Amino acid sequence: MSARPTRQTPLRLHRELAALWDTPAGWRRLSAVNHTVLGKRFILAAFFFFAVGGLLAMLIRVQLATSSTAFVGPEAYGQIFTMHGTVMMFLFAIPMFEGFAIYLLPKLLGARDLAFPRLTAYGFWCYIFGASILLLAMVAGVAPDSGWFMYTPLSSSTYSPGINADVWLLGITFVEISALSAAIEITVSVLKVRAPGMSLARMPIMAWYLLVTALMMLFGFPPLILGSILLELERAADLPFFDPLRGGDSLLWQHLFWLFGHPEVYIIFLPAAGAISMMIPTFARHELIGYRAIIVALIAMAFLSFGLWVHHMFTVGIPHLALAFFSAASGLVAIPTAVQIFAWIATLAAGRPRFDVPMLYLGGFFFIFVIGGLTGVMLAMVPFNWQAHDTHFVVAHLHYVLVGGFVFPMMAAAYYWLPHFTGRRAEHRLSKPAFWAIFLGFNLTFFHMHLTGLRGMPRRVDTYPVEARLDWLNLLSSVGSFVMIIGFALFVIDLVVQMRFGQRFRRNPWAARTLEWAMPTPPTSYAFASLPHITERGDRLAPDAEGARLAGGHGYLGFTRNGWMETLGVDMTSGRPDQLIVLPRQSFLPLWSGLLTAAFVLCLLAKLYWLSLFAFAAIVVSLLAWTGGTGARQDTGALPIGKGASARPHWETATPPSWWAMVLACAAEATLFSSLLFGGLFLWLVAPAWPPPQPAMPDPLLAAACLVLMLLAALLGRDAVRALTRGGPPALRLALCAGAHGGAALLFALMAASVPVPTTHAHNATALVLFALCGLRAGFGALLAGYGLWRERAGYLSPVRSLDLRIGRIWHDYAAATGIVGIGAAFVFAWLASSAGAAP
Amino acid sequence: MAGCLVLSACSGPLSVLEPESASARNATTLWWVMAYAGTGIFMATASVLVLAVVRPSWLRAFGEARLILWGGLVIPLVLLAGLVAAAFALGERGIAAAREPAALRIEAVARQWIWQFRYPGGHVTTNLLHLPAGRDVDIVLTSEDVIHSFWVPRLAGKLDAIPGHTNILRLHADRAGKYGGVCTEYCGIGHAPMRFDVEVHEEEAFRRILASEAATAGEGGE
Repeated sequence: MSARPTRQTPLRLHRELAALWDTPAGWRRLSAVNHTVLGKRFILAAFFFFAVGGLLAMLIRVQLATSSTAFVGPEAYGQIFTMHGTVMMFLFAIPMFEGFAIYLLPKLLGARDLAFPRLTAYGFWCYIFGASILLLAMVAGVAPDSGWFMYTPLSSSTYSPGINADVWLLGITFVEISALSAAIEITVSVLKVRAPGMSLARMPIMAWYLLVTALMMLFGFPPLILGSILLELERAADLPFFDPLRGGDSLLWQHLFWLFGHPEVYIIFLPAAGAISMMIPTFARHELIGYRAIIVALIAMAFLSFGLWVHHMFTVGIPHLALAFFSAASGLVAIPTAVQIFAWIATLAAGRPRFDVPMLYLGGFFFIFVIGGLTGVMLAMVPFNWQAHDTHFVVAHLHYVLVGGFVFPMMAAAYYWLPHFTGRRAEHRLSKPAFWAIFLGFNLTFFHMHLTGLRGMPRRVDTYPVEARLDWLNLLSSVGSFVMIIGFALFVIDLVVQMRFGQRFRRNPWAARTLEWAMPTPPTSYAFASLPHITERGDRLAPDAEGARLAGGHGYLGFTRNGWMETLGVDMTSGRPDQLIVLPRQSFLPLWSGLLTAAFVLCLLAKLYWLSLFAFAAIVVSLLAWTGGTGARQDTGALPIGKGASARPHWETATPPSWWAMVLACAAEATLFSSLLFGGLFLWLVAPAWPPPQPAMPDPLLAAACLVLMLLAALLGRDAVRALTRGGPPALRLALCAGAHGGAALLFALMAASVPVPTTHAHNATALVLFALCGLRAGFGALLAGYGLWRERAGYLSPVRSLDLRIGRIWHDYAAATGIVGIGAAFVFAWLASSAGAAP
Repeated sequence: MAGCLVLSACSGPLSVLEPESASARNATTLWWVMAYAGTGIFMATASVLVLAVVRPSWLRAFGEARLILWGGLVIPLVLLAGLVAAAFALGERGIAAAREPAALRIEAVARQWIWQFRYPGGHVTTNLLHLPAGRDVDIVLTSEDVIHSFWVPRLAGKLDAIPGHTNILRLHADRAGKYGGVCTEYCGIGHAPMRFDVEVHEEEAFRRILASEAATAGEGGE
């Protein structure tokens, strides 16, 4: 089966690899799974939404130009500012960074693609379809209008009876599928899919940034997804999680939202900071100073960022002492930022800086972002926050942070990496005027907006009183915003000119020392004709010499075999190659799954709940179809990977990427589940209208039976793996495991059905969702066990090919552990609810 | 920052920069301290950046690791520790007085899109809050529908009116006068015009107004 690999001429090798890796032309380009193609698509789409968000911002500035502009009414204005924030946060910033990471990451790591190319494609479709729903709603005049953080009860069905809020909750959750899939994709790719020899300590700094960012997304997004599900359930099924009359609390939404929302700011900033850490060394002509200090700072930032969400809630009436904790944590986060800034300054001082357009934009970043950081520390101080909160001071601050910390670095990055995308160097005729228009326009818009806020202008108002003397401040801001948009127009023209007329160059125009330049530009679909062996830190390489060597096939995998799309997987810490990863071919399946997911979301939007069940089933079937053609029916054993080394294909190894993906998926689901438990406790502790009239005490018999079944499922799942690896047949154990899961799911359904009238009280509604979630997990466990059975029947399993069952085992264990916690929590909640009745 | 310093004078009825109570003055003082310190920090950081380009030998002589240590860790840590402690002390001073309820409690009930104020003795005003000068008043904040936020910038920081919750804001106006108040939490299409006036009276005048409006208490609602 495995052809003996032979050395090729560079051109023959290119033709053979391109035949495998290239995305087909015509309508078949929709089957693309390639990271270069999808990265570009993400970036283009995100830039389109940046333009949409920018136009919305212009409408806002027109309306606010004077105190008496009657440009749009308050209804339209509500939609405009809500969509401006939503588009910029969810449809521009996050997808832009994702596209950037998807395009760049494999090239930085010395791999041919990311770990899960089809997941990249599915994420892209989820993003495009979800974003389209929001855009269509806006065109139809039913866009979300309760502000981009959707505070309840304003966003509840009582005060927002239209479809507007549903569009936000369902559309954004849909888009977030792409964020979560990118989080798993990036984490696993950084950890496993690198060039041989690239140990953790040798990774280019950008990989560290993206790893930390992806992990933050993995834990940051689930609270918002849970919150959105709960709010949609309240709107659609009258389950009162946020209704203060029935034991709910609008503050629960704020906690869940900002548990996501604050890390989100760092999720946006860190990739941009990573780009800065790549560009500064190139232009300073000196390697990055403080590589380790920056890594420590990143990790500190990631942890801190999950501990300061309450600083968005200083005015909700939380005791001052508790606020002080979050205030200190919020101030503290300035330190890892300062470490990075001084590391960049030290790098400049150590080298011989050379100035080019990206450095100009980085100068803009420095000026704007430092001011944004300083006003951030100011806002973290409670007595000042009570004054400045929800005023235009905050509007100014957040634009200084996000435009300074994301847009300016990304524009620098665009100038830095565009030659990589296009193979052409910049002309730079317009880039400087564009910079100055954007930079001056930005400061003209936002600098004195701090003062506008201190003079008492709340955010999200469409008018303001003349006597507050805000007119000329606002007019100045509006003028500035138009200067800024002229600058952005120049920027776009400049990029188009560069793409069309830029001078071609051979390789590595900036004399950078990282791996992404060790390839022809524009890059080939397979990125590296052969994979390098890394013996130095990833920012001390010689891309020119290395690139020529790799193109000649002198690295690993400088050949093709079996029509496989191959790259290498490495041991996480040492970077020793430990598996041959065979990637899936171009496929329309991600598009189909994306379309079906869109159908599911549209069913929910149209309140066709019965139909949505069919759509959901169709999604599951389409996802199962992805597995066809993966793995092998015979044991392959170790295969040569070039340079005299050999490795087993990934499905015969202990921890291939898909195994890690399951671990990470469990971690994300555990975060969602913990958020629900937090919600249950929070409501008991804080919400009005407790205790509930009828606490939802589970039937102890049902609960006990359920526990037994879940433990049984986990044990059978483990025993199936044991049987398989000893050469025995796992079929019976798998069937029983599926049965036990099915039984547990049924019992959870029974417990959910026996919750007394879940619409009467948030406690009962929480119990219902708790059981439903546990039941869904058990149902998914049954599906996985059944899938294992199918793979066994189809001949994909053997003692060395046990991956499918071991991935299942992770889930069986996880479902049992969280199921036990879930049942325990249900009893604790019921006990708390009834003892709350006894308390005075 | 320098621009803000020049533009601050005489800045309107909603301006944080013209405080008329001790707690608002604390916040304003804190703002000015932070604004000057922030300007200084910005200048210092920018100078180091400029030095890195024009006089790199100075920074190299100082040592790159030391630059990161001092610029990134030690100096910010000291500054932040001082600032957090000072802000905490100011915040505590503002609310330490509020540990015991004030003699006068006025209920502020928010709903889309009006403020209703209920005084002891039962009379009610809409979008107009009467306060006595020179003594503590507790504003008891609730909402009948969505979240609103009560803000009289010249007298105190803002506090949210949240359905199902009761928040208490301590006000203490120094002297008689007219001040502006606004809703600062987006609450629907009537959010921007959801403003109210605050009239602070001398004690005598305040009693007189309460007495005279008590007669019309019933129609004070809408």
